[in-house]
Amino acid sequence: MTMKRVLIAFSVLVIFLLIVPTLVIVPISFNASPSFDFPPKGWSLQWYENFLTDREWLKALGNSVLVAILTAIVATVAGVLASLGLSRLKFRGKSLLENYFLAPMIVPGIVIAIGLYSLFIRLDLLGTIPGFVFAHTIVALPLVIINVMASLQGVDPRLAQAAASLGASKARTFFTVTLPLIVPGVTAGALFAFVTSFDEIILSLFIQDPSLQTLPVKIYRSVTQSTDPTVAAVAVVTMAVSVVVMLAAQLATRKRKALT
Amino acid sequence: MTETGAQSVGAAEPGDRVSGDVSLDTRTIQQINEAGISLKGVTKRYGDKAVVDDIDLVIEPGEFMTLLGPSGSGKTTTLNMIAGFADVTEGLLHIHGKPVAKLPAHKRDIGMVFQNYALFPHMTVEENVAYPLQRRKMPKAEQRKRIAESLQMVRLAEYGGRYPAELSGGQQQRAALARALVYNPRVLLMDEPLGALDKKLREWLQMEIKRIHQEVGSTFVYVTHDQEEALSLSDRIAVFNNGKIEQVGTGVELYEHPDTLFVGRFLGESSVLRAPSSTATVRDGNTTLAVGDHHVTVPGERRGVESLAVLVRPENLSLELPGYVPASSTENALPVTVKTATYLGVGWRYDVVLFDGTSGIVRTPNDATRFGPGDQAIVTWDVRHGVLLEDLGEGDESTT
Ligand SMILES: Nc1ncnc2c1ncn2[C@@H]1O[C@H](COP(=O)(O)OP(=O)(O)O)[C@@H](O)[C@H]1O
Ligand SMILES: [Mg+2]
Repeated sequence: MTMKRVLIAFSVLVIFLLIVPTLVIVPISFNASPSFDFPPKGWSLQWYENFLTDREWLKALGNSVLVAILTAIVATVAGVLASLGLSRLKFRGKSLLENYFLAPMIVPGIVIAIGLYSLFIRLDLLGTIPGFVFAHTIVALPLVIINVMASLQGVDPRLAQAAASLGASKARTFFTVTLPLIVPGVTAGALFAFVTSFDEIILSLFIQDPSLQTLPVKIYRSVTQSTDPTVAAVAVVTMAVSVVVMLAAQLATRKRKALT
Repeated sequence: MTETGAQSVGAAEPGDRVSGDVSLDTRTIQQINEAGISLKGVTKRYGDKAVVDDIDLVIEPGEFMTLLGPSGSGKTTTLNMIAGFADVTEGLLHIHGKPVAKLPAHKRDIGMVFQNYALFPHMTVEENVAYPLQRRKMPKAEQRKRIAESLQMVRLAEYGGRYPAELSGGQQQRAALARALVYNPRVLLMDEPLGALDKKLREWLQMEIKRIHQEVGSTFVYVTHDQEEALSLSDRIAVFNNGKIEQVGTGVELYEHPDTLFVGRFLGESSVLRAPSSTATVRDGNTTLAVGDHHVTVPGERRGVESLAVLVRPENLSLELPGYVPASSTENALPVTVKTATYLGVGWRYDVVLFDGTSGIVRTPNDATRFGPGDQAIVTWDVRHGVLLEDLGEGDESTT
């Protein structure tokens, strides 16, 4: 009984430690004075107003949303195809390939960033939307693959055989049987990809240029160069977007469990 | 037709040797073209292991053929090759005279029923049954009519709106049957479709499947390891053992005239006496073997065989009191000890042992002399009822 209480207390402490640094930013974003004082001395919405009227901030937000949506699409399509290949085919070195696809989760971001930087200089992709989408897809892909693979594992391979016996081609089988059954995993994967791109900073710092910055890059520049609390408002908005999308992903996976 | 039948497997002509001992003469080609399904020298290898080993099988159009055999004998692999889920390593596979070895599964016009039903869980029963029709671009009204008819046929008319998860196992399998039959495929393949159901339901569905086979007239290929199921359903049975077909025949043929000891023992119950062929003497077309101090006579003879076996069915054996003397030379008699006596309602079943430890099963009608455990008795049978087989010394003691 006491053991249980100790554990509960410990959990509360951990949650507190995890969440406090994140939540501190919320009151700061409503600060009345132009500082990062905590706790704030008065309340106002001026920093949100700043954010939503500043063309530079809005441009960065637009870039981020565009890149995140494109990344979600590209990573989802590529991830679903890769997962199908990995789950349906049996060949030597399959587990090697599986690990290869998941490598971006383990390889330090900075390593990928430097590699991409030198590659993008040659390909002239620095500070371009395709460049951002390509870079973000690399780190988003493993999340899609993990989610889709988990979904595929719950699909009986004999359903595809049944569809074939009923006259459905491979493509038709995929769109009418397999895909509907893995929609929750695909949705979750796409949402994870969106959030990953929307939050991505390490690669983005390397491949950005003044003409094209995403929101996290602009936040970083702003924090290191000025003490404008607008950045706090931006951070809160970013956080809210991530939280909402992650909750949606949670819901999608919950639906997957309910279905099977 | 004759031409295409042979050509697309590498321009085989009459007389060509295609693989192993399959040679295509005109008669073979005619046989292929007239068959519902024809397998000639079909082999499936995984690595070096031939899990289906050079089998020949001709299934007539409209026939109910059962592939029967123990687990791992290659039945599913054979069915999967017919369905197109597994490649044929070697040999010729034709469906209605058409070579299909290279044809993808979805172009073979077959229906398939799986043990685990394989209904699409995100579709209702009706949507499942409609699935094969949608691709076939059939008018909507015609589709509806067909769906209603096939649900009627499997007695699921009221369940069209349900999802598979809302049905019992038996209902799911009937829905799967409706889905596989709604487009009138000329061939229906079933892989242990009743394996997951309890005995009562299984027996009822066996009757349903038999009725449906008679109604639709398609060629049915049914896989099972249950010999009773095979006997009650099939026109003919192909007995599989170790990747090979041991014998093909009607239930009666296999039960009464097995070609091999394996077939004899796999179908129904039996008692088997074994003796080296050196003790055999042949007279008037009968073979007499020495079993200890006694002699047993069987019709027929087998030459060039090291060891012989005599197989007798339990219902052909009788038990007599000790001291019984056979009335004529057409009756065999051996002294035994009764081990157990079991009342079956329709009669009695006795497990008996011979002096040399060989065990046997005897079934007697209710009005026959009764015996109890430990009793001495004489087991007798008419010479005609013994089957003389080669004893390959397999360690399959399934009847004991
Ligand atoms: N994909 C496969 N790879 C390797 N061996 C297989 C494969 N499928 C089946 N086998 C082997 O082939 C043999 C026959 O299997 P199967 O046709 O399923 O037998 P049955 O249906 O009669 O029980 C078994 O020994 C099985 O282990
Ligand atoms: Mg099997």
